[in-house]
Amino acid sequence: MGKLKILTKGLIKENPVLVLVLGTCPTLAISTQASNAIGMGLAATAVLLGSNIAISALRNVIPDKVRIPCYIVLIAGFVTVVQMLVQAFAPALNEQLGIYLPLIVVNCIILGRAEMFANKNTVVDSALDAIGMGLGFTLALFVMATIREVLGSGTWLGMEIPVLIDNNISIMTLAPGGFFVFGCLIALVNKISKGKAIKKSDFGCAGCPAAAACGKLKGAECGKESEA
Amino acid sequence: MSNSAVSNADQTKTSARKDGQMIVSVSPHIKDKASTSSIMLDVLIALAPALVASVVIFGARALLVTAVCVAFAVGSEWVFEKIVKKPSTIGDLSAAVTGVLLAFNLPVGIPLWQAAFGSIVAIVVVKQLFGGIGQNFANPAITARIIMLLAFSRTMTTWVFPDAVSTATPLVILKGETQQALPSLTDMFLGFRGGCLGETSALALIIGGIYLLARRVISWHTPVAFIGTVLLMTLLLGKQPEYQLMSGGLLIGAIFMATDYATTPNTDLGRIIFGIGCGLITVLIRVWGNYPEGVSFSILLMNILTPHISKLTRKNPLGGAKA
Repeated sequence: MGKLKILTKGLIKENPVLVLVLGTCPTLAISTQASNAIGMGLAATAVLLGSNIAISALRNVIPDKVRIPCYIVLIAGFVTVVQMLVQAFAPALNEQLGIYLPLIVVNCIILGRAEMFANKNTVVDSALDAIGMGLGFTLALFVMATIREVLGSGTWLGMEIPVLIDNNISIMTLAPGGFFVFGCLIALVNKISKGKAIKKSDFGCAGCPAAAACGKLKGAECGKESEA
Repeated sequence: MSNSAVSNADQTKTSARKDGQMIVSVSPHIKDKASTSSIMLDVLIALAPALVASVVIFGARALLVTAVCVAFAVGSEWVFEKIVKKPSTIGDLSAAVTGVLLAFNLPVGIPLWQAAFGSIVAIVVVKQLFGGIGQNFANPAITARIIMLLAFSRTMTTWVFPDAVSTATPLVILKGETQQALPSLTDMFLGFRGGCLGETSALALIIGGIYLLARRVISWHTPVAFIGTVLLMTLLLGKQPEYQLMSGGLLIGAIFMATDYATTPNTDLGRIIFGIGCGLITVLIRVWGNYPEGVSFSILLMNILTPHISKLTRKNPLGGAKA
């Protein structure tokens, strides 16, 4: 896989939110305002970049059996750093993101990329993967948040949009609107990539963070489940 | 009636096939004259008294809101089926019924673009995205009303009479959230009270219900179980059952919405369970919930349980193995 391809595959072809369907919880929760989406996306990208580089560099050091706890400790470290930076330099963003900032620790995208990519690729490739995936996450969040904020609140990045501000459809900022826009965007990405975005087996059982502990991986059943 | 419903489904399936093809279908093979469009026409006829009452009570704008809803419901069904290249089903009148029912669940002062939005949501999102008539799991009009209630909470709860006097609905008054006096029982029965377009006139709705029962379009099970449960519960709780009966959307919900073929159980026992469930949820929301009215929520929640109720109450065929 070429370096450029590693960088760009996260944007659409293997978009972490819309194709891999990882990190759904922060996506639905944060995408009510475009400004929050950018903040959340960039914070997660920073953590992902740090964790992917560190995990890739340590991939021959970390014993396979305890790798998940090791990854979590590494990721939690980077999240703490990012959180402190945000608290120090962007307190307003910290206020807005609230609990979702420390919860980046359990964001599936970060653990997912560690398992799927960083622990079997070089440091440079892992860094490119992190940037691509992080930007893909940010892009998906931003598009979702734009649709939800414009229709739901009648504003965009905090700017009031005439006409829409008085006729906002407030359900778009609530959970049902989030799921609806999410589903529509997934459908759109499937349409663009003609449903061939990624082979399901590429991120099936083997890509699951629990694969080592799961009996299915050893048997022939693996892969069948993920096709379902 | 369940037979006729099944044979409808058969007919709509067969009509999509080309002539001369052999049709093999599962039993029952009973056919009768009823078709989707004849049933829907009956429902429209049954809704006519409520439409007349709404114009008398709320003025000509009631007719305008209803027309907009019907136009956008039928129009969006036609456009959607054109886009996805399916045979057009606007002739079966089901979209028109959805439009009328949605309009009857809106306040008269609703901005027309919001009414149009709700109609498009009802047809495209709730009905067509799940496969069109007979495939939708939830009642399109009810679901669209709930979506609109969440989307436009201000305009959806502003009750205005034609003389621009804003008023509270009897349910809000019953909940003690306002100091206004309850309307008299006669006004309640005739429909001169705050509320949605078509839900206020108990008289008109009951006339429609009797027509549907006489034409065997609906069975008595769901409405009786639904209304009976609400009456019994509010009587036990001392919450003025006579007002509860004629308040909010109970009658229109029990007669027209909880009897929809696609989204309610297809056995008599199932229909009774469905009605009791609707009644319980309605009273729980009315008495203890945040919202003054719970009929639409109760029907939507029971719609979701419908496949399970149908499965649990399914009759074993004579001589067949036990399920």
